[in-house]
Amino acid sequence: MAKPGMDREARQGLTLIAPPFLYALAILAAPVLTILSYSFLTDGYLEVIGEFTFGNYIQVWSDPIVRAVLLRSLAVSAAVTVVTVLLAFPVAYYLSFVVKPERKSMWLFLITIPFWTSYLIRVFLWKVILGYNGVINSSLTGLGIIDQPLTFILYNVNSMVLTLAHAYAPFAILPIFVALEKIDRSLLEAGRDLGENRLMTFWRVTLPLAMPGVVAAVLIVFIPTIGDYVTPELIGGGKIPMIANLIQVQMLALDNRPLGSALAVTAMLVVAVVSLIFLWLNRRFLRVKQ
Amino acid sequence: MIASRDQRPETARPMIECNEIQKYYGDYHALRGIDLVIREGEFFSLLGPSGCGKTTLLRTIAGFEGISSGAVLIDGKHMENVPANSRPTNMVFQSYAIFPHLTVAQNVAFGLRRDPRGKSEKAALVEEALAMVGLRGYGGRAAHALSGGQRQRVALARALILKPKVLLLDEPLSALDRKMREQMQVELIKLQRQVGITFVLVTHDQEEALVMSDRIAVMFDGEIAQLDEPETLYARPKDRRVADFIGVMNFLPAQITREADGIVSVDVPGLGPVELPESQVSRANPDDSGPVLGFRPETMTLLTPGQSSQHARETDVVIDEVVYYGDMTYYDLRLEDTQHTVRISMRNVFGRDVQSVGTKARVAWSPGSLVLFR
Repeated sequence: MAKPGMDREARQGLTLIAPPFLYALAILAAPVLTILSYSFLTDGYLEVIGEFTFGNYIQVWSDPIVRAVLLRSLAVSAAVTVVTVLLAFPVAYYLSFVVKPERKSMWLFLITIPFWTSYLIRVFLWKVILGYNGVINSSLTGLGIIDQPLTFILYNVNSMVLTLAHAYAPFAILPIFVALEKIDRSLLEAGRDLGENRLMTFWRVTLPLAMPGVVAAVLIVFIPTIGDYVTPELIGGGKIPMIANLIQVQMLALDNRPLGSALAVTAMLVVAVVSLIFLWLNRRFLRVKQ
Repeated sequence: MIASRDQRPETARPMIECNEIQKYYGDYHALRGIDLVIREGEFFSLLGPSGCGKTTLLRTIAGFEGISSGAVLIDGKHMENVPANSRPTNMVFQSYAIFPHLTVAQNVAFGLRRDPRGKSEKAALVEEALAMVGLRGYGGRAAHALSGGQRQRVALARALILKPKVLLLDEPLSALDRKMREQMQVELIKLQRQVGITFVLVTHDQEEALVMSDRIAVMFDGEIAQLDEPETLYARPKDRRVADFIGVMNFLPAQITREADGIVSVDVPGLGPVELPESQVSRANPDDSGPVLGFRPETMTLLTPGQSSQHARETDVVIDEVVYYGDMTYYDLRLEDTQHTVRISMRNVFGRDVQSVGTKARVAWSPGSLVLFR
């Protein structure tokens, strides 16, 4: 193609992306850069002193509490991711392979219903369900199955995983559903035709072709859950902090913005590294694509 | 055109038997009593317009569709409770269904998983199968990097490597361009002769069916209208729909004047009185419009002035339209003293001029090439 044509096309493209680009700059880049610069400054009492320092990072990276909380955040979001994706796959499979085509949009609509209420309210509802005088306990005591309300179902890691898995389920179902929908059904017939039963056809054809969707689901669930703030606060009872709670304490309660920023940047780096590993996996699975 | 018809004995044993197959999709009656025997080693085609049930029939043989009643037997065995993955058939899908996440070699080897042979032996088999379809050395390629024709070859190799008793082909050539299609037709015929496996082809392309098949079943509305060898199907269609579907056929209204001693006498406006033996009379005429006389375009010869022919009869015509195809010319002719036009085709041989529109001419024909539908 002629060079001037390319230039004009490029200019047109740039004009088109300029508004969202500026928007992204203001909404995304500016706050991130602010946090990044704060993390290298010194904390004064109730103010930030403009002195460059690595101190915040040294403090964050050497603190055993930070390490423990960061590891817990990773473990919780890994558990949430595994649970969510494992539960989402059968739902997406059912939606793609069993539900009649004319019903699919209704099912998708139903799956998004949880989004109609705020995330905070949904999390709080789990507290109502799991609480000491909550739905589960009053039902079980009412039925005479237990004498004392169960205490192990709230304010622990399990309840946090349960709540987050529920909150993020649609995010996992949708990309897996899309990947399954894209599979040419004659490929599954070909698998059967070539001598494999349904289970082996699933293993050798459906699953490999659904992998891009699974990897996308993993990323979509893992990245936001690691920074979740509301669930540890409400469902964890504030006694099992994750990294976001620690940042909140530094930023607001202790008013140590440089240290909070260093924590935030550290958390971002961890998420970035883990995501890159996933992206690499993604590329590996997509190596031979349609 | 390659004649695929070998001298196979009529008595070759049956490979596929369909007995009284009925198939309903809810209220829709997709297959209406299909009775069919496909012989071992035969190149068999199911031909018909879309929606006639030919693909459904193929898929019931493959085991992808159940049947409402009746029976499918393959190599003498009942297939009622045999799932698709256990049937001795393999299929080449219309979309080829090449696994996009696998290489060419992995695709071809897909069905060999439970084969007890060793890795190197399997690799040799794959290479051999690829060579058979003209893709030697393509094993390492990614499936998505193949052209349509190459995908089809991979699909063929993937099915044939398993040495099925029957290879089912679901409109395998419909996605290819004309040149490629004609080339693949010839290759498929050669391949079938080479491997000796029974091929069952589904197609809506009558030319393709005529070129490739030993026998053809023409289907309409879930029924087999006629099952015959290509020549018979073309020259002696038993059903007006078959005549209409295969090739071009002219139809003229006819009046039956006498029936005696196996001879039907008819009067055809424009052609005059004709006597036809029973073998040229077909009783399947879905129209209630009365008897019609049919003939193929190439059975009439347009005479140049003063020319005579060995045909028995001659008729005066006016040339209405001339369509020039290079090797052939089609003429639309109006029969003298009628409003009926017929289409005839003439090969453009050296020394014969293409005649022009509006001129009067004569055509020569023989009663032996006519078919009466009543």
